[in-house]
Parts: sequence; C-alpha cells; structure tokens
Amino acid sequence: MIALQRIGAVLSKELIQLRRDRMTFGMIVMIPLIQLLLFGYAINTNIRHIPVGVLDYSHSGLSRVLIQTVEATQVVKFTQRFSALEAAEAAIANAEVRAVLIIPADVSQRLARHPTVGLGSPPASDELTARPVAQWLADGADTLVAAAIRSLRGMPLTELLDKPANRTTPTFEVTLLYNPEQRTAVHIVPGLVAVILTMTMIMFTSAAIVRERERGNMEMLITTPVRPVELMLGKIVPYIFIGAVQVAIILGLGHVLFQVPINGGLLQLAAATFLFITASLSLGLVISTLAKNQLQSMQMTVFVLLPSILLSGFMFPYEGMPVAAQSIAEALPATHFMRLIRGVVLRDVELVQMMPDVSWLALFTLAGLTLASLRFKKRLD
Amino acid sequence: MTELVIQAQTLSRDFADVKAVQGLDLAVEKGCIYGFLGPNGSGKTTAIRMLTGLLRPSAGEVRVLGLKLPQAADELRLRIGYMTQKFSLYDDLTVKENLRFIASVYALSPRAQKARIDELLDLYHLEAQQQRLAGRLSGGQRQRLSLCAAVMHKPQLLFLDEPTSAVDPQNRRDFWEQLFDLSAQGTSILVSTHYMDEAERCHRLAILEYGIKRADGTPEELMRNLGAQVVEIASSDPRRLKQRLLGLPQVVSAAQLGSRLRVLVDAAISDPVAYLSHQSALAADDALTVVRPSLEDVFVVSTGARSQ
Ligand SMILES: Nc1ncnc2c1ncn2[C@@H]1O[C@H](COP(=O)(O)OP(=O)(O)OP(=O)(O)O)[C@@H](O)[C@H]1O
Ligand SMILES: [Mg+2]
Repeated sequence: MIALQRIGAVLSKELIQLRRDRMTFGMIVMIPLIQLLLFGYAINTNIRHIPVGVLDYSHSGLSRVLIQTVEATQVVKFTQRFSALEAAEAAIANAEVRAVLIIPADVSQRLARHPTVGLGSPPASDELTARPVAQWLADGADTLVAAAIRSLRGMPLTELLDKPANRTTPTFEVTLLYNPEQRTAVHIVPGLVAVILTMTMIMFTSAAIVRERERGNMEMLITTPVRPVELMLGKIVPYIFIGAVQVAIILGLGHVLFQVPINGGLLQLAAATFLFITASLSLGLVISTLAKNQLQSMQMTVFVLLPSILLSGFMFPYEGMPVAAQSIAEALPATHFMRLIRGVVLRDVELVQMMPDVSWLALFTLAGLTLASLRFKKRLD
Repeated sequence: MTELVIQAQTLSRDFADVKAVQGLDLAVEKGCIYGFLGPNGSGKTTAIRMLTGLLRPSAGEVRVLGLKLPQAADELRLRIGYMTQKFSLYDDLTVKENLRFIASVYALSPRAQKARIDELLDLYHLEAQQQRLAGRLSGGQRQRLSLCAAVMHKPQLLFLDEPTSAVDPQNRRDFWEQLFDLSAQGTSILVSTHYMDEAERCHRLAILEYGIKRADGTPEELMRNLGAQVVEIASSDPRRLKQRLLGLPQVVSAAQLGSRLRVLVDAAISDPVAYLSHQSALAADDALTVVRPSLEDVFVVSTGARSQ
C-alpha cells in the first residue's frame, strides 16, 4: 500500500526546500535559457566566411575576377595574399587561414579550355582540357572546413566570362522536407530539449538522497514510517513540473528566436516529454542511492550526460555511428527521446507510430524507480 | 511481573575491528525512564540504533514492545519515537514546516495535525519560534523541537540519544520535568547521557564502557552496592597526597575537588578512616570524613577497574 499523504508530505517538503534554495531555483530557468542561446547561435553546420588566403602566380585580371567570384559564394573570405608557397603553408599551420587558393601562371589558358566554360572544341579526353583551373590547399584536419572547401570544387565559372549558364541536368533531384532552408537551429533546438532535460533532471535528483544523508537527515527519515517508494515518488514529482517549465522555455524561445516550427500536437509533445522526464529522474534517483556524497553524484551525472550529448543523435546522426556506439546509445533515454521529440516537433509524428521508443522510456522509468526503491534501505548499515 | 518494553540478550555489534557493543543484556520495564550512562565511544548510540531497528545486530536477540527485531522494524516505527544525538530535522524548514512534515509522514489527519502541532508548540514553548528556520534556533530550542517531532505520534516508547548535550542547566532541568510528565502519562523512555546528575534522575540505568555493560540497577542500588567506601580528606597539599595514595592497592581512586581529595577505598577495609590515617602520606592536620557515595563514584569504580 502506498500512502498518498506520505508522498504529499515528502513532495511539499521538497518544494519548500527548492524554493529556499535560490541557486537551484535560478538554475531551473538559467540553464535552458543560456544553453538555448549558446547552441542556437553558435552551432552552425552551414559554414560561412572561412578565412582563406590566395597565392597568385598569374597576376592577371582574370585571377582577380576569379577571386571575386569565389568570394561571392560567401563560403570563404580572402584575408591574406601570399607570394610564396612556404608562407602560405605556414599560415595554414598557424591557423591564420584555413585554406589557400593557388592560382597558376597559366590560369587563362586553363580557363579557356575548361569544359564548363564551353569554348571546348577539343574533346574532353584531351590532356589539357582535363586540368582544373586552380588549386585549393586546405586544413583537412577539420572535416567541416574541408567539406566546405570541397563543395567549391564544382562551382560554375560561366559568370566569370559573362557567358550564359551552361546548365547540366543533375543526376538526382533532391527535395528537402521539414527544413527546406537547411537551418541548423531547426534540428538543434528540439534536440537541445533532450540534452538540457538530461542535464538538469539527473543532476537535481542524483543529489536528492545523498543530500539527506550528507545533511544528517537520514537517521530521522528512516525512523519515520515513510516507505522507500513513497520517498522516491515524493522526490521526483516536483521535478516533473520543473522539467515541463524548461521544455516550454526551450521550445517557446526556440520558436520566437529561431523560428523553429512546432508541427506536432501539444498533447503528443507533453506525453513524450513526461516519459523522458520521469525516465531521467528515476535514473537520477538510482545514482543518488549509489553515490556516497554529492561530488560522486555529480561525477556520475557527467558520466551519463556526455554520452547523452554525443551519442544520442544530438551532435552526430545515429546511423553514422559504429555498432558498439549505437548499442550504448540505445540504452540511453536521451536517444529515444531525441527521436520522439524531433518526430513530434518537426515531422508531426504521433507517439503510437513510435512505440519502441515510447515503451523503452516507460520501462526505463519503472525499472529505475524499482531499483532505487530496492536499493534504498531503511537502515544505516 | 511487570511488562517489559525492551528485552535484549547478548546484543552485539561489530564495525570492522571495533566492537561497539558486546553482549548487552537489557530488560526495561514499561513506564520506566531507563538511562545509558557511558563515556564517548562506549556504544550508547550503537545500542540505541539496534533497539530502534536502524542497525542490525551482529549477534543477539532483541524484542522491543513485543516485536522481534530486525524483522518487525517497519511495524515498530509507528510505535516508537527517536530523538537522534545529532539534530536531524531540516535546517532549511521552519519549526512549523518540520512539524507538519513529521505529522503528515505519521499520517495524522489535517485536523489532528493542527491540533497536535499547536499543543506541542505550546507545551514545549516554541510558539514564538514557529516561523523561524530550524537551522537558526538555539541549542535548547532545537532540542525541544526534536522532542516535539519525536513525540508527535504519541509513541509508547521514546529513545533519546544525549538529548541535553547542547543545553544549559536551567533548560536541562525543564527538559527533565517534561520527560517526567511523559513518563507519568505512561510513555517508557530510554535516554543516554554522560551527565551524572541526569543519570541520577533515571529510574534505572546501565553503565556502559567499551561497549560492555559494567553495572545496572536503580541509582540507589548502584550507590548502595558500591564496592568501595568514600572518604574525603581536606589536605594542605592534595596533589601530592593523591599521588602517594594512588600507589596503595586498596585505594581504588582519588580525585581532587578543590582543596579536598575524594578517595575510594576498597570495601574489604572495614574502617577506611582508620586505615587512611595510618598511612605515612597523611599529614597530622588532614581531616578525614566518610561521605555518602555518589553516582560518579559508582561510575569510577565500575569503569575504572578495567581501564587502569
Ligand atoms: N558506522 C560506524 N562504523 C564504524 N565504527 C563505528 C560506527 N558507528 C560507531 N562506531 C564505533 O563504535 C564505537 C561506539 O560508538 P557509539 O557512537 O555507539 O558511541 P557513543 O557511546 O554513542 O559515543 P558518544 O558519547 O560520543 O556519542 C566507537 O568506537 C565508534 O567509533
Ligand atoms: Mg552517541
């Protein structure tokens, strides 16, 4: 038998303590706010204005036009001019520039024979026509920069010579659903809900039991007739509301500041969030029964938080990860919630269509609560 | 025969290499105030924790209020109150909030809660502090709050672990008046202390040392059966005299009280005054008087023997 009155007693005690704990109270609002602004503005996988240099051997009018055309793509920004290859390489090594465009002395001939320019009377197999117009030397260590520079490989050069576009028909036509403008925030903000909830929910509850012990309240608490399950439930219920507030802050501000659409139903959203919040909270409680002090509980929280950020699909697509990483990801509530929230918010998916993720979160909560209650002994030894 | 609220046989508890409690036998009668008297580390807290079901004994049998421990610990919780040695209510809750929490956890109805809390605040003089955070209370107020919480559900048996360690003498006297009131209403009480005057107020007490019960009985019995006689010597040089007397095998102990020396002489000596005045250590003008034994003498005799 579980007594509602005792759960209520623990619950209202937690609320009072929370209200008096200004620091924690502030964190509830500040964490989602600051993280949203940081991630929303800083994380951008559409790279623009990469600082690059140029090494021009031709010194022709054509090379100046070429530079302008390349800069017009907005992918790169020419910040330096080099006269020797060694200087250019040194600048890349020092990270003064991320890449260098090397324009050869015979750039005019190369351009004239380039197939995209379309003067091409000589056949494409001709040794001379196959030569590119110029060369990029890029810092390949940063894969995002490298990919951006690579994307310039096939850039059209027709406007360079005031020629009408010699359009080629693409092999595939691509239609981008849900995020046609390819704005990173649309993908990041719903995922941020998962990351922030993982962080705050686990952090708050992982300290819950440990704190009773550290502050010397445990001996009194276990002398009272309160049952472990009642204690656990009383401790997580306030945080369910706090989690809901945080979700509202993230999605609401994300909608206002970054125009992130909320395509799914609010009820679906609430249900998905509830499942994830309870799963995170019960994980926090399990940590709390394992940790000996608050420092340990923080360390264990970070231990869960890092893979939740890296493996849940927040940063990198789940499909691209090796199988071992995928199986770790599958165990984390954040991965399942990441699928749910992106599905609901961006693609208007109903939860019934995502039952595997829904049931995993529900089972995780049940298992966590049971484990925490079993591990919590009403004894001092 | 009267009903026993606590029965323990050969109760023991080890922590790694420390034997905190060894072979403790206890029989506490209903309605009695039973004292645990012992120095720091003598196992008082450990014994109380075993009797409240918070610690499992390494060996021995315990029955509290007829319930066998540790199996029936959950049932026992509803019928006992426990005031821990260290303040264990919430510092960041007010007096009233703490009491409300306790009342709800013991499932008092909202109506009963209010009445009971008001009654306790009045009884233990805490009305003025009811909105104050528990962490900001004085030692005496905090101790009264702990007592309020421990008696909230009117337990039949109350455990108090050094309840007066941070309390001034006046407050201690008041506190003991309140304990006698509870006792008169039929509550049995087990209280630990290291104050002699408090131990003397108990109906019965056990003297603990190194986890072993050295003696037990009513304070009068203990003083009557003291295996020594007490002589006070007024001396011009009590320090030197003490050193010399302690060398005698028949002198159990000698303690200086200002210019006097309190000497415990083995009971086998029929006339301790004559025995002492024949000692060369004594000066001619030293005055000897036989005095009534105190509980402290009992404590010294029962614990000193083995520690020396
Ligand atoms: N949890 C524990 N782990 C290891 N040793 C312990 C533990 N609890 C108590 N002890 C040891 O058991 C012995 C008895 O301790 P206990 O706290 O019962 O003494 P006490 O009579 O209450 O002392 P005090 O008057 O200082 O409160 C001590 O030596 C103590 O170090
Ligand atoms: Mg103690």
